[in-house]
Amino acid sequence: MTEPTVIQLSETEWEIPARGDMRVPAFVFADKTLVDGMESRVFEQLANVAKLPGIVAGAFAMPDAHWGYGFPIGGVAAFDPDDGGVVSMGGVGFDISCGVRTLLTGLSADDILACQSQLADDLLRRIPAGVGSTGAISLAPDEMDAMLRGGARWAVERGWGENADLDRTEEHGCMTDTHPEFVSDRAKERQKQEMGTLGSGNHYLEVQRVTRIYDGAAACAFGLKVGDAVVSIHCGSRGLGHQIGTEALREMVTAAPKLGIRLPDRELACAPVNSEPGQRYLGAMRVAINCALANRQIITHLAREVFARHFPKASLVLLYDVSHNTCKAEVHEVDGRCRHLYVHRKGATRAFGPGHPEIPRAYRDAGQPVLIGGTMGTASYILRGTEAGMKKAFGSACHGAGRSLSRTAARKRWQGKDIVTSLADRGILIRSHSLRGVAEEAPDAYKDVGAVVDAADAAGLAAKVARLEPMICVKG
Amino acid sequence: MTDGDWEHFEHGADIGVRGSGPTVEAAFEQAALALTAVIVDPARVAPQTEIEVSCEATDLELLLVDWLNALIYEMASRRMVFSAFDVRIDGNRLAAKARGEAVDTDRHAPAVEVKGATYTELRVDFRDGRWYAQCVVDV
Repeated sequence: MTEPTVIQLSETEWEIPARGDMRVPAFVFADKTLVDGMESRVFEQLANVAKLPGIVAGAFAMPDAHWGYGFPIGGVAAFDPDDGGVVSMGGVGFDISCGVRTLLTGLSADDILACQSQLADDLLRRIPAGVGSTGAISLAPDEMDAMLRGGARWAVERGWGENADLDRTEEHGCMTDTHPEFVSDRAKERQKQEMGTLGSGNHYLEVQRVTRIYDGAAACAFGLKVGDAVVSIHCGSRGLGHQIGTEALREMVTAAPKLGIRLPDRELACAPVNSEPGQRYLGAMRVAINCALANRQIITHLAREVFARHFPKASLVLLYDVSHNTCKAEVHEVDGRCRHLYVHRKGATRAFGPGHPEIPRAYRDAGQPVLIGGTMGTASYILRGTEAGMKKAFGSACHGAGRSLSRTAARKRWQGKDIVTSLADRGILIRSHSLRGVAEEAPDAYKDVGAVVDAADAAGLAAKVARLEPMICVKG
Repeated sequence: MTDGDWEHFEHGADIGVRGSGPTVEAAFEQAALALTAVIVDPARVAPQTEIEVSCEATDLELLLVDWLNALIYEMASRRMVFSAFDVRIDGNRLAAKARGEAVDTDRHAPAVEVKGATYTELRVDFRDGRWYAQCVVDV
């Protein structure tokens, strides 16, 4: 395959014109340095996405885009079911609804410093993290189905959280139109002991300090000010989502030829939204979103318990919860016409602009909080959705720093122990069950999250509100 | 377990696993060992407990993905890691024994869990007198 041509449109916008089988052009939002750093496979994958049936307007890559499966990670595309539009497992990924939530603590960074080491130890002890860890909650079949239908709402009803949490979670904590009956026994079996676990890889729980405010009004609406301590949790739908993804990929690869779909790449396995395999995947994927929401809700509860021991008067209030790997039915205006579309965001965050009815009232004037997770040695950011982002990429923004170096290369280059020591010297306490895991997640194995966020801001996808720096990181 | 080799190869955010050997079965066994090595050092895993795995696919490449995904499922649901494999392939059907033990966080120091095997860089082929079996796994 010849490498797609990438044409610069502005400082932060690039186009791959529609050629050959591409139904629409592809667009990359990034500055020149980030584009130069992207593997050519990102552009090939994006061009392939543009070939899928029913795609609307374009295939989009966020500033943190990197080589994924089917879609690049950081890929966004919307499909119109009335125009043969598809749903693709490769546009969602294995870790369905992997996402971030941030909690306000009402505490200052100085309060944390007074007990930083002990708090870090207690968080590691309380929150199951890493390979083979199990949660304290084991779900019987009926309860499993209740969780899969109820999401974070189920968790709150069982006592793991507060009703107010649901108002600050996408979909009010619960996806509707779910179909637990489309989920295999194997997927449920894989999840049985994984409720309330962080997982591994790039998942974490961090205690962070707000170090900078870029947008005073939005920061005020979000409840953020310099010197505050917040807690951010990054994890997903655990074994259930992974198994649903695995099974859907196989089913869609086999079904595609029968449905008359020619796949440019097997990982782009897809099925028309209006088809039996398409509906089955959507029903199961929504179930996995609920599983991820319930999981983050339970971990929130565990974090609250730990904080209550150290700070009896503190109250951890959910700022917001966003999901990164999803396909959601949304209404968007395209060429002056409202269309019902299925928007895939793979390693990308929903970033709805001001006034959108799905944004909690308290934030509606500011725009949706967009939570961007960084590395354990750099920073995370909170942005807000914009009007421009709604028009440019169906209300989507980047989701993190994006890897620049593979795990194998990172492992060869760094020792986990050295990373833990050097971060401790900078006041960042890392707690992990695996030093090799820490080495693979070395901050320098990632792109410059500041540059990624600046590009998202400059491109108008989302606007910077606050910068957060880690104080404690419990690594999954 | 037959003679063979395994290795990891680079993939942007994840890891490629590659096994090779004189037979396709050996290549599949080595690819499984490479999968284990993504998570733990296989030398630290005692092959104490045996489980059986079987799967079927329309071609050898899909069979490799199914084989690795079957192991990923067994690892996740049993909280085990495996270090010895005995694979038999008859046509498009695979039957295997995997031996390993329960994950011990202190002793194994597992790095990362594998979410699923993918069709990226998926190849099963015979070159220069040797079988190779490889794909990227999502971590």
